[in-house]
Amino acid sequence: MKEEGKHKKAKKYGMVINLDECTGCGACMVACMAENNVPFREDESNKLDSIAWMRVYKLTNGKSYPEADICYLPRPCMHCEGDHGHSPCVSVCPATATDYNYETGIVSQIYTRCFGCRYCMAACPYHARYFNWWDPVWPEGSTKYLSPNVSPRMRGVVEKCSFCFHRYQLAMDKAYLEGRTVLEEDEYQTSCTQACPAGAITFGDLNNPEHKVHQLAKPDNKHGGRPGNPNVFRLLERLGTNPKVYYMSSREWVRQAGDNYIDNEDFAKNYRH
Amino acid sequence: MDSALIPEGVTRCSFGKFALGIIIVGGVLLWGVYAMMLIWLKGLNQTNMNDFYGFALWIWADLGVIALGGGAFFIGLLRYIIGKDELKNIINYAVLIGFICYSSALLILAIDVGQPLRSWFIFWHANIHSMLTEVAFCLSCYFAVLTIEYIPLILENRQLNKVPFFHNLAHNMHEVMAIFAATGAFLSFFHQGSLGGTPAVLYGRPFAFREGIFIWPWTFFLFTWSAAAYGPCFTLFVTRLTEKITKKKLVKQNVIDLLAKISGWTMGTYIIAKIIDTWYWATVTAPDMGSNLIDFYSNNPFYGIWILVVEIVICGIVPALILLTPKGRSNPTLLFTAVLLACIGVLLNRWVMVLQVMAVPVMTFENWVMYIPSWQEVATTILPVAYGIILVMISFRYLPIFPQERELNS
Repeated sequence: MKEEGKHKKAKKYGMVINLDECTGCGACMVACMAENNVPFREDESNKLDSIAWMRVYKLTNGKSYPEADICYLPRPCMHCEGDHGHSPCVSVCPATATDYNYETGIVSQIYTRCFGCRYCMAACPYHARYFNWWDPVWPEGSTKYLSPNVSPRMRGVVEKCSFCFHRYQLAMDKAYLEGRTVLEEDEYQTSCTQACPAGAITFGDLNNPEHKVHQLAKPDNKHGGRPGNPNVFRLLERLGTNPKVYYMSSREWVRQAGDNYIDNEDFAKNYRH
Repeated sequence: MDSALIPEGVTRCSFGKFALGIIIVGGVLLWGVYAMMLIWLKGLNQTNMNDFYGFALWIWADLGVIALGGGAFFIGLLRYIIGKDELKNIINYAVLIGFICYSSALLILAIDVGQPLRSWFIFWHANIHSMLTEVAFCLSCYFAVLTIEYIPLILENRQLNKVPFFHNLAHNMHEVMAIFAATGAFLSFFHQGSLGGTPAVLYGRPFAFREGIFIWPWTFFLFTWSAAAYGPCFTLFVTRLTEKITKKKLVKQNVIDLLAKISGWTMGTYIIAKIIDTWYWATVTAPDMGSNLIDFYSNNPFYGIWILVVEIVICGIVPALILLTPKGRSNPTLLFTAVLLACIGVLLNRWVMVLQVMAVPVMTFENWVMYIPSWQEVATTILPVAYGIILVMISFRYLPIFPQERELNS
């Protein structure tokens, strides 16, 4: 326990998703559902009431051949920091069922405390929060394959991506047993990160200059973590939600699709880094 | 059959007619109760809400009835604190309407939450930063106040009042009613305001977000103000409707005129504030977030710019002008039109601040999503209306709601 008592800098776990590398295969979605015991229904065709902590969107530039271009955008929970932890959803939950962890920067959801008012869903502009409209029904025999580290949710509560927080807890347990309080970069990785065959997702501590996410995003903590890398952007940056999921693309139309701009604004002039 | 229970000196329809009315409305009520049981037993999958529409018909109904029930606190404030004595002739009805509205709001909330048995968590694990926490606390407290205000009215029933204890209790409660009226006004200011703040603090939703002063967004004040303006209009509307149905004059014209005039001024000033708020939001707040005003009103089948015009002009400026002119107030048709438009206006405002907030896409690669409520949602929204009608029927028949009724119909 050499490090015990030493002042530890707060971590800020986040993600950089390289949209130029994402092929839209959906492996991240599948891995997430399996890892986190995400319930599913026989008919999942209505995407307005089916749960996907990680959802892949298909974006197009709206042009016709030969300039037509598409981009797949995986969207987990953004784990917004907002203004000093007042993320859009955390500040509105009346029963403190969702919380901002200042040690990790992760926004949690306490399923057994949530009473299903859905105010957090109204607050989230990313639609990253899902309501359990039904009780989960697991096909016969499949309960054996549920993860023992993640509690399944009941009908009537909200759930969302946790950045696989149980993996963080397991990694920290292991580290404590080994007399450490600091995790190595590869000790805590989300399931979507590991499942991505293209290696498009990078996960780590945004506050740690040695971590790849920090080097890719170059977050400016004095300005809510705004990216310093000109090819990196965050969704709806202008709203001040200060998300911890960053996107990277060399294509300007993709970066522009990340936010809203009024007609007379010159994106290239005003918002390009 | 029940003549011994009917207040002295007034006439009521036959018991058979009354019972038939109760049975018909009771049928609607039972339909609502059936839908409510389905929702409680099977869950919110019985609704057409979805992950885009976490807030839908019920939250609108909640905000709507609380605004319409605002007559109770504002008329109470005018009568007991400001000293508009004439309003004692309509305050009973305002309290009854308020009681119905607030009990309905609590019932709808109990149906709306995913885990109703955990509703108490809002008090136990209260998050002081949440507008809904403030709503829950003030709403519950104010409902208690309304119950206290309604009790003496029940005790004034002809038979109950013969019991000395009930008689004295009712008398003493009347004596201290100013304290409850003041408490009610104080609580109402905060929960009406918090309901206004509920959408306005959503800084991830540019359509709803409003700036403000300290911790209060501008809509905090606008909602309180609008409840004070439009709530009494609903009291006037229901009073006029009761008069038409019972074919009796129940409240003197000078009382109606005074309340209508006060509503006119409150509504007029509210509409000016609302226009300023809308202007500032459209020209400063929304553009800062990357949106033009018209982005919120185009490319969808329902939410056109007409909705803003109807809310502000047709259901705001027009009724305010009618209520502000003596001619408008003295003409029964114009007055009825004005209070009806006002009620529609405040309901439309609450609709926009709940449903349109959910409908507008925020991310550039998403589209508008429309919503049509399921029959279970409609039935459970009509349920409180049926319950309200039944309570009004019973209260009107057996309690001395209108002090001027005997004089006006002798």
